[in-house]
Amino acid sequence: MNLTPDQTVFWSHGFITLNLTIVTTWGIMLFMIIGAKLVTRNLKTTHTISRWQCLLEMIVTTIKEQIREVGLEKPDKYINFIGTLFLFIAMCNIWIILPWYEPPTGSLSTTSALAIAVFLAVPFFGIQKSGFFAYLKSYIKPTFIMLPFNIIGELSRTLALAIRLFGNIMSGGMIIAILLSISPLFIPIVMKALGLLTGMVQAYIFSILATVYIAAAVQESIKKKKLTQHNTN
Amino acid sequence: MDNVSSIAMVSIITAGLTTSIGCMIPALSEGKAVATALSSIAQQPDAAPTITRTLFVGLAMIESTAIYCFVVSMILIFANPFWTHIIGK
Repeated sequence: MNLTPDQTVFWSHGFITLNLTIVTTWGIMLFMIIGAKLVTRNLKTTHTISRWQCLLEMIVTTIKEQIREVGLEKPDKYINFIGTLFLFIAMCNIWIILPWYEPPTGSLSTTSALAIAVFLAVPFFGIQKSGFFAYLKSYIKPTFIMLPFNIIGELSRTLALAIRLFGNIMSGGMIIAILLSISPLFIPIVMKALGLLTGMVQAYIFSILATVYIAAAVQESIKKKKLTQHNTN
Repeated sequence: MDNVSSIAMVSIITAGLTTSIGCMIPALSEGKAVATALSSIAQQPDAAPTITRTLFVGLAMIESTAIYCFVVSMILIFANPFWTHIIGK
């Protein structure tokens, strides 16, 4: 029984291995890029727009609204990162309706890569907003004693992001594989439907947690600015 | 009893214990979280979207502890490092 799609290796030379995870990831990336190119080839602002443009507009508007609700005032700046995360994970998880498809999010390497991207994006947006030293200062808030706890918190939430997504998707596949050997007729279909729901919820949670982390790093400076404005008034 | 069978026995028993305890306690706390969220939605139906979003994020946080237990028991059963060490020797 394969735990992850990493174990299906097509080709390997030295330390470079081409496994099922990489192939599926690149397939999904190509699908998303070509699909987006095809849809945005002729955009219109008239009354009648094509149905695919309507679909993309709905997705983008919903993601923007969700980002704004978490507390980031200018979602245009963050939608590149967060929207890509959400769409990629959702696309990976929703394709489990295809037979013989193994989601690349069921491999710990994919989810760690995504979690490390979030780990790097948090200080990036924080520094961009408030400057290098002001961002570093957020680590020693409220007191200096909290410094090791803040650092451990950053690391452990990155680990938690990776393990959560991996565990949920891997457990879905595992349950279906076990049920196929016990009662192969109808029950796996029900579990697959549950897996679709779990996959969408996990995609939403991964991106909303990334948004929350970024918002926490960015809002530290906003609060300070408001305080100083208040004092000058 | 030799090394191999004792490692196998301890791994299997620990895997079962890990999953059972790790399902039990997060289930209790998730039930508590959902019950609280439901009663606050009943009190303030206007705040339902915010409560639901926070509830989902919190549930995912709680559920991730159960998932950690599951991952540990999966490692114990399918990718046990001690087992592979003994077998490989």
